[in-house]
Amino acid sequence: MNSTATAQQGESASAREAASLEFRDATKRYPGQESAAVDNLSLSVPAGEICVLVGPSGCGKTTAMRMVNRMIDITEGDILVGGRSVKDRAPAELRREIGYAIQQIGLFPHLSIGDNIATVPKLLGWDKERIRARVDELIRLVSLDPEDTRDRYPAQLSGGQRQRIGVARALAADPPLMLMDEPFGAIDPINRERLQNEFLRLQSEIRKTIVFVTHDIDEAIKMGDRIAVLQTGGILAQFAPPDELLMNPASKFVEDFVGHDRALKRLALQRVRDIDLWTVPFVRKGESTRSLREKISDCDVSIPLLVDEDHRPIGWLSDRAYAGEYVEDDLRSQADPVVELDDILRDALADLLQVETRYAPVVDARGALQGVLSIEAISQGVHGADAPAARTGAAALDP
Amino acid sequence: MSALSLLAQVPGLNKERKSSGCVQDNGFCPGWIVENFDQYVEPFVEHVVLTVIALSIGFAIAFALALFAHRQRWLVGPIGAGTNLLYTIPSIAAFLLLLPLTGRGNLTALVVLVAYSLTFMFTNTVTGLANVPREVTDSARGQGLTENQMLWKVEVPLAVPEIFAGLRIAATTTVGLVALAFYAGAGGLGAEILTDLYFKSNVVVAGGLCVLLAAALDLVFLFSQRLLTPWARARAS
Repeated sequence: MNSTATAQQGESASAREAASLEFRDATKRYPGQESAAVDNLSLSVPAGEICVLVGPSGCGKTTAMRMVNRMIDITEGDILVGGRSVKDRAPAELRREIGYAIQQIGLFPHLSIGDNIATVPKLLGWDKERIRARVDELIRLVSLDPEDTRDRYPAQLSGGQRQRIGVARALAADPPLMLMDEPFGAIDPINRERLQNEFLRLQSEIRKTIVFVTHDIDEAIKMGDRIAVLQTGGILAQFAPPDELLMNPASKFVEDFVGHDRALKRLALQRVRDIDLWTVPFVRKGESTRSLREKISDCDVSIPLLVDEDHRPIGWLSDRAYAGEYVEDDLRSQADPVVELDDILRDALADLLQVETRYAPVVDARGALQGVLSIEAISQGVHGADAPAARTGAAALDP
Repeated sequence: MSALSLLAQVPGLNKERKSSGCVQDNGFCPGWIVENFDQYVEPFVEHVVLTVIALSIGFAIAFALALFAHRQRWLVGPIGAGTNLLYTIPSIAAFLLLLPLTGRGNLTALVVLVAYSLTFMFTNTVTGLANVPREVTDSARGQGLTENQMLWKVEVPLAVPEIFAGLRIAATTTVGLVALAFYAGAGGLGAEILTDLYFKSNVVVAGGLCVLLAAALDLVFLFSQRLLTPWARARAS
């Protein structure tokens, strides 16, 4: 439904360069409070990346975010947006250049959706025609229909639709930087997952620099290019890409916060192609059984796999199938499940567990066999990342 | 306006026109009402003018005080208590107390009417502004609206229902109070009512016009409010 919209948006939605963001010993102290709300926070976010601020409630993550657009003023230190200190900017002017989306959305109930989205463009003095075009473009960008949505009031939309409009409004003036405070926090789990995926797709096109606040470590891992884990008192516990955070938590606090299932969480970050697949003896019908028997002794998997002319897996051969001189198509079971190289490792593992199959043939995008995935291979892959193993399983399969 | 109908407003002159039986019995006489309706036109107009002027001045003062108190929240209590105190002074006492200062006439009446209208309009406006959801003001500020832009583009429009609720109470109350303004020497329908308190036709017409005016003003405000807040009726369809 949105194929034309998607084609258009690439041109103008990301017209402005994303800005880098740097916290330099940024500190926030409230008078009369012993400990700081944000304590000497230093981190830098390259342009075009999503930096997630995550931590338990009261860790100062929202305060840190709000210091960027001066909703909260910095006590000590500095924050640079695109290399310029936010302290040198007039707050209202600075905020018009920084997209702002919050959990409660905060759409203006008395304005139409179109006027809500047009808020910042109007403040910036855009002409009417440009605003109208931009509003329709943004409504399409968040997968809604401009004709149907533009003139409605916020109360006439569902929660998920309002959330999308909140994101569209934050993007309205094409800001080089966006602040998002638990933007999907008030949405039910099913719609939250959809909105997250949509937003990641959107981000792959618009490439904004984004500060994303959440208390949910799973959301942080999913959304973040980098994750800053904050602990109570506004202290930065660790700042790392998701994989590194899960693999090497810097402290007991981070380890507890990411959870005891961090090995499982890592599976969600990896794809089947990231781990070393097992080798499997594969044959076509009618090939000689003698060479097959040699292959069987060389491979990780001892059950031969029948493939078709294009190397697409058909099924696992029974012992009878290669008892004679030539291979017959007598199967002990169909090749099911079959996983693709680009599948998420967690999903592939779920497939393996569900059907009680020990092995799943892995294919490329054209369906050609690349190797075999097993629970042991996944287990080795997860550990292997700590100390890379010397196995090169799939390579042995190349004809 | 004829000389006769002008005379008719002067207290004490109405009784002379009692002729028929119904009128003699101080009854409700449609015929007499039709014949003598003229004499109520000018008091009615005076009543309307006093009400509208009092409401306009009262609204201007109450609204300004409310905006000020909205920025300086600590003032809400004192100002609210002050306007409330004004409202508790018995109205007739207030008219009489002011006479030595402002003399007989519309000025005295207006001072009291305005003072009485403040409490509703101040309290409702302040409450309306304070009831704007936090996330709305937060997102307004976060998008770069200045404090003034936020006040006029977001807070005041969203407070319209409460502001109008205050206006409607003030309007109804003021119409009723203007009926007592003749104690201060001002005009209005009050003088008509008291001139011939026992003549049902007179009381029904003069009193009825007050009620009608109050109802009409209420409808005008209700209608204006609906025009100003199309969003308030928008619900998921």
